[in-house]
Amino acid sequence: MKTPLVTSGRLGAVAMILAAAWALFIVPSGGDMTLILSGSIYCAFGILALSLALIWGFGGILSFGQTAFFGIGGYAYAVLALNIGNTTTAALLAILVAAAMAAAIGYFMFWGRLGDVYLGVITLVLSLILYRFINQTSGSEWKIGKAPLGGFNGIPSTPILNDLDGNPLWPEDIYVLCVVALILSYILCRLLLATYFGRVVVALRENELRAELLGYDTRLYKLGVFSIAGGLAGLAGVLFANCVFVSPNMFSLTTSSQLLVWVIVGGLGTLAGPVMACFLLLAFSAWLGTLNAGVWLDPNLVMGLVLTLFVLVLPKGILPLMRSGCDRALAAFRRPAPAAEPGEAMIGEEAR
Amino acid sequence: MDYVAIILLQTAISIANLVLISAGLAVIFGMMRVINFAHGEFLMLGGYTAVIATQHGVPLLVSCFILAPVLVGLVGLVVEYLVIRHLYGRLLDTMLASWGVSLILIGLVTVAFGNSVSGISTPFGSLSIGRFSIGFYELFLVAVTLVMVIAGYLVMRYSRVGLIARATMQDRDMAASLGVNQRAVYRATFVTGAALSGLAGALIAPIAGVVPTIGASYLAKCFITVISGGPAIIAGTLSASGLLGGVGGIMTFLATPVLAEVALLAAAVVLLRVLPQGITSKFFRRSQ
Repeated sequence: MKTPLVTSGRLGAVAMILAAAWALFIVPSGGDMTLILSGSIYCAFGILALSLALIWGFGGILSFGQTAFFGIGGYAYAVLALNIGNTTTAALLAILVAAAMAAAIGYFMFWGRLGDVYLGVITLVLSLILYRFINQTSGSEWKIGKAPLGGFNGIPSTPILNDLDGNPLWPEDIYVLCVVALILSYILCRLLLATYFGRVVVALRENELRAELLGYDTRLYKLGVFSIAGGLAGLAGVLFANCVFVSPNMFSLTTSSQLLVWVIVGGLGTLAGPVMACFLLLAFSAWLGTLNAGVWLDPNLVMGLVLTLFVLVLPKGILPLMRSGCDRALAAFRRPAPAAEPGEAMIGEEAR
Repeated sequence: MDYVAIILLQTAISIANLVLISAGLAVIFGMMRVINFAHGEFLMLGGYTAVIATQHGVPLLVSCFILAPVLVGLVGLVVEYLVIRHLYGRLLDTMLASWGVSLILIGLVTVAFGNSVSGISTPFGSLSIGRFSIGFYELFLVAVTLVMVIAGYLVMRYSRVGLIARATMQDRDMAASLGVNQRAVYRATFVTGAALSGLAGALIAPIAGVVPTIGASYLAKCFITVISGGPAIIAGTLSASGLLGGVGGIMTFLATPVLAEVALLAAAVVLLRVLPQGITSKFFRRSQ
């Protein structure tokens, strides 16, 4: 049977293109400064969500401490930019530093063949310890070159990226940069998953032993995708450093928890879902903040309830739910209902 | 001479500390193969119980040894009933849900008691050796830990409960087919782990103080200890605590506690590269 013209996957793609066009062309000309500033931060976090969605949802690598690479990227950018002055070089180097750090940790984890539980714990502990370490670097003896690490306060003097003439970019430019970076990161992940490499990574998620018996060196593929995700998280960190400034909170347990919630709520095994959930939940918590409803709206309490409820009730997340709902509505619309063919599920899979 | 004595005592204290705060987590991991992310919050609740009970005139030892384990054990029972039991067999989901529970507990305690530090004074005075001094209370904790470990060993080795626990750890399906009720075992495990964490949290409260987010500061150490130790509850916790506590104690003395923690993590990562299932996967395999 022919694939119908309208599918949930295609509708999703159209929605994404419309959203990207709105964010790129309509928002900047609107001149709403609050939207532009928070939009930049949302996009930086969106890239972070994408990095976890890639390794967890497609590689099956449960990293609870993806924020470690987020923070390392941010700090590396700040320190390098303060020392060498050229912010573009610093940004590129910072992404490499984050990827290299992920590769180093990944070597120990994947060559040790650690199981899921151990892997999650080691990555989380990495971010916890970085948080404690950076927090105590407030003294003047803690500086790298010209850059003081600043302990709990972070580095408020984090330089902003420069344009070609060496002047710092305006917030509007940073916003466009963040949106473009998010779109490019998404496309990069999609392309990566379509390559031979990406297909092997998905194969490992499905059955690592079988992939290994078929002759793939699973450690190498895992290391590759983990380093790429580390670099993405580093990019998110660089952008975040340009929107706000670097501080130990980038490593904090709160950030790790938020990231986890985005991916679970958005839908494991999708790329757009976690980004969508990231935007929705950030907007939701900003809205909760304006309610002024007293102590019961403790952010930890709300986040914990969301996480627990999703794991218990809706472990698949929102996007897969929307997709199957949309498919059912389309099928009902195209009466008489076509008999489900074995190939249909595959089409849905590919449209992710 | 003083110096050597103090380093030895400090190391013993830091090892005992690791054993104490990791015991509850180790029990749950050993039996269920799940890392309980709400472990830090169970410690925190134990601490709050001790602090609040003591402020209301309950003797410290009563609140530590009776109130805190019972109360946190009950919290564990509620958590097991509402969340964990729905997820048995799904290791990762269990861990994620326990992470959610941890956030909920932090949130509830913040709502109830505010986001401020409170504490109680450390009892028992201190022992001075030459220029140095060590609190008697910390030595008391070493003794308590020792008693706890010995009691744990005796229970595991000689009681019926211990027999069931060992059987489940060795082969859960075989144990189930011989008539051991898995669900009851898991529930008892979770409650025991929570109660032990409550006890530990209460015992260290006079030293560490309490704040809703204090769990996070124990979490790294406990996680490292338990996964380095591996599946055997007592032998694993003891050997990992001995190794890591030794490293940590010496590093604390030479540098700062935070750098000691960094060294702990580095030691654990290298250790897991060599022994991916923890120390007890290779050594002390026949132990509990």
